Amino acid sequence: MSRDWPALAIVPAIALLALPLMPFPTWVALTAAGAAMGMMLFLMASGLTLIFGLMDVLNFAHGAFITLGAYVAVSVLGWLAGWAGADSLALNLAALAVAVAAAALASGAAGVVFERAIIRRVHGKHLQQILITVGGMIVAEQLILAAWGAQPLQVAKPALLRGSLILAGAAVEKFRLVAVALGLLVFAAMHLVLNRTRIGLLVRAGVENREMVEALGYRIRRLFVGVFVAGTALAGIGGVMWAVYQETVTAAIGADMTILVFIVVIIGGLGSVGGCFAGAALVGLTANYVGFLEPRLALGSNIALMVLVLLWRPRGLLPLVRS
Amino acid sequence: MADDVLLRLSGVHTHIGRYHILHGVDLAVRAGRLTMLLGRNGAGKTTTLRTIMGLWRASAGTIAFAGQPITARATPGIARLGIAYVPETMGIFGQLTVRENLLLASGPAGLDPARLARVFAVFPVLKQKFQQAAGTLSGGQKQMVAIARAIIEDRRLIIVDEPTKGLAPAVIGQLIEAFQALKHTSTTILMVEQNFHMASALGDDVAVMDDGRVVHTGTMRDLAADEALQARLLGLSLASHQ
Ligand SMILES: Nc1ncnc2c1ncn2[C@@H]1O[C@H](COP(=O)(O)OP(=O)(O)OP(=O)(O)O)[C@@H](O)[C@H]1O
Ligand SMILES: [Mg+2]
Repeated sequence: MSRDWPALAIVPAIALLALPLMPFPTWVALTAAGAAMGMMLFLMASGLTLIFGLMDVLNFAHGAFITLGAYVAVSVLGWLAGWAGADSLALNLAALAVAVAAAALASGAAGVVFERAIIRRVHGKHLQQILITVGGMIVAEQLILAAWGAQPLQVAKPALLRGSLILAGAAVEKFRLVAVALGLLVFAAMHLVLNRTRIGLLVRAGVENREMVEALGYRIRRLFVGVFVAGTALAGIGGVMWAVYQETVTAAIGADMTILVFIVVIIGGLGSVGGCFAGAALVGLTANYVGFLEPRLALGSNIALMVLVLLWRPRGLLPLVRS
Repeated sequence: MADDVLLRLSGVHTHIGRYHILHGVDLAVRAGRLTMLLGRNGAGKTTTLRTIMGLWRASAGTIAFAGQPITARATPGIARLGIAYVPETMGIFGQLTVRENLLLASGPAGLDPARLARVFAVFPVLKQKFQQAAGTLSGGQKQMVAIARAIIEDRRLIIVDEPTKGLAPAVIGQLIEAFQALKHTSTTILMVEQNFHMASALGDDVAVMDDGRVVHTGTMRDLAADEALQARLLGLSLASHQ
């Protein structure tokens, strides 16, 4: 829609704005790094925004599913060290794909349990949601520490995904390209599901007007459970990618990302997948450009970005219209 | 006469939060007829319709549809009995196209071309706007989408809350024609309407609410002929709506 284009144009605009401020090869490298970070944030945040949009549920334990995905990646890539270390791109990617699938399954299954045990008891009660999901996050971290131990774990990137490619005179880490490709793939898949399937249409309709979806004969609770589980599975996938990207995993990995994930969701407009995608790209790019130009500001730059976006568009880049 | 009652409310009370809104509503909707639910602003008409749909829960009393109690059913289960609801706020999915709005209101088999043709015959403008986001339509066109959703499948009961609210006279004329066409198919309809021209043109039976109760039932013809009764039940607002 026409009113959407300035919100989407802001992403390339930021990239162009940064171009004269640094040497071209640096810009290419930072843009690739920003895009990769953005796509990983999108994986982690897209489920959260839909969960909020559909049922007004604030899940501060979302980070726990990121952490679980990260640890599953460590374990799976450990078992598949033969594939991950092989001198074959196909085997390397297969190892990563198995880790992604296993993390999606594990986080999704944990999502089923979490929804049944906790989320369904606090529908419509925001204060209780915050308290109980923050508590859930702490418990989940302890469970993960019990399962995998307290010391940070190392995870190596699959052999041929290490190192960099030279693009336009700039060194671009190969794994970043994989992260961008996966993020785009997931975005395209979500777009297709949300626009081309009846379930997807129901999700979009439910985000706009829950009651009317029920009055048409659909059980919104079931739809929500599906979205919640899909969202936690995506968080797990984001956790895999972030873990492999960082090559180190601690029990705090999810909690550390939670603030950024919430910033992305708020910048994008609560409940909006398209906004989440643009918001994630924006946060990823800004963090990398600012980190290079003025490292002392790096920490605050995301908060500043959020404030600026909200001053421009108080309900986020692509706010939902609710009837 | 009791046999042809499709929907019956008996002594229905509804609380919204701590407010006691419905105080024992008794209402019978006869099969194959259009029942007009009238009453002043705040009388409890919308609350009654929402309670039938399970969007508010009745705190006492029973609601029976085709002889079966539905008081304890959840909204989707009530809708699946073949009851369509057009709310006061229309409930259009603005981000979805007109086609997608109608698709979600259709059964699992998807949009039936013959049904769709009948909807377009009643509301030709929807054919032009078929692939357009419903949120971009005018108020009258949105109301047409809301009604089209209700008639895109065969329903046993259609519940409509103030379809003419805020609409221009020309659109109101179109809606009257649409409902008249629907009445020829003997569909049972329960409608709330403040526009007395529309109400008297369409209503077979009438029930008037005041302060959370039904205070008068009869035929629309009798009420339309009795101005003193209109003034007593509905106040002056009714005449000014002519
Ligand atoms: N969500 C709510 N919370 C509290 N009170 C409500 C709520 N909805 C309705 N009411 C109250 O219940 C009473 C009946 O409202 P209702 O909407 O059913 O009336 P109505 O007959 O449909 O009126 P109108 O002609 O204005 O649409 C009113 O006094 C209204 O203020
Ligand atoms: Mg009303």
